[in-house]
Amino acid sequence: MGSTLETVIFYFLAAFIIAMSIMTVTTQRIVRSATYLLFVLFGTAGIYFLLGYTFLGSVQIMVYAGGIVVLYVFSILLTSGEGDRAEKLKRSKAFAGLFTMVTGLAIILFITLKHNFMQTANLAPQEINIHAIGSALLSSDKYGYVLPFEAVSILLLACIIGGIMIARKR
Amino acid sequence: MIHMEYYLVVSTIMMFAGIYGFFTRRNTLAILISVELMLNATDINFAVFNRFLFPEGMEGYFFALFSIAISAAETAVAIAIMINIYRNLRSIQVRNLNELKW
Repeated sequence: MGSTLETVIFYFLAAFIIAMSIMTVTTQRIVRSATYLLFVLFGTAGIYFLLGYTFLGSVQIMVYAGGIVVLYVFSILLTSGEGDRAEKLKRSKAFAGLFTMVTGLAIILFITLKHNFMQTANLAPQEINIHAIGSALLSSDKYGYVLPFEAVSILLLACIIGGIMIARKR
Repeated sequence: MIHMEYYLVVSTIMMFAGIYGFFTRRNTLAILISVELMLNATDINFAVFNRFLFPEGMEGYFFALFSIAISAAETAVAIAIMINIYRNLRSIQVRNLNELKW
């Protein structure tokens, strides 16, 4: 019974994500595009919750939905005028983009479905312990991640300084 | 029982929706939104591979975490660049950007 509920939730999330990501790239107005992107991000967080990765899902909601989409909406409102719509592409260019997408999608789907992944037998949803995450993130042992952690923190500092330097008034 | 291929199909469609948007949109912010779609698809792949192929390891988990952090930083800098472009050109359409060359 539990697995059928999981299946229903998965199919709902999959249909939701696919529909919203297609609408993100096909809608004419950019504010709607940002809104659909927000829904896609929520659906992705739902996928993480379904996999049992609760911490990753909450990071997704906090950083993406709480931070990045707000940034997008602010910059859209700052930079786009009234009644701003996407330009009509030439038909040949739109067709070329569609053809590239469909061909690539077919190739990748073929490879993915043809390949035989060596799945492990243990598939009960398992939560990664938050203590394990914290100690792996800050340990310098064999499976520790303290060096990329520090590199990301320096990257964030550099991005703060770079963003201020680029966007300030002269 | 959900196979891991189903998750991969979802992330593949999301990835190619992003690629289509990257090719066909003419607004730089819309292009950036398409890039976000692609990054999200790769994050799903990291998490799914970690969950189904190596459930005792945490590599894919941390790859997804760092990918989220780096895409946040990338978005901040890219939006700063867009605002600067808007301040100079009063438009962020791609066709106007060649004025930045001289």
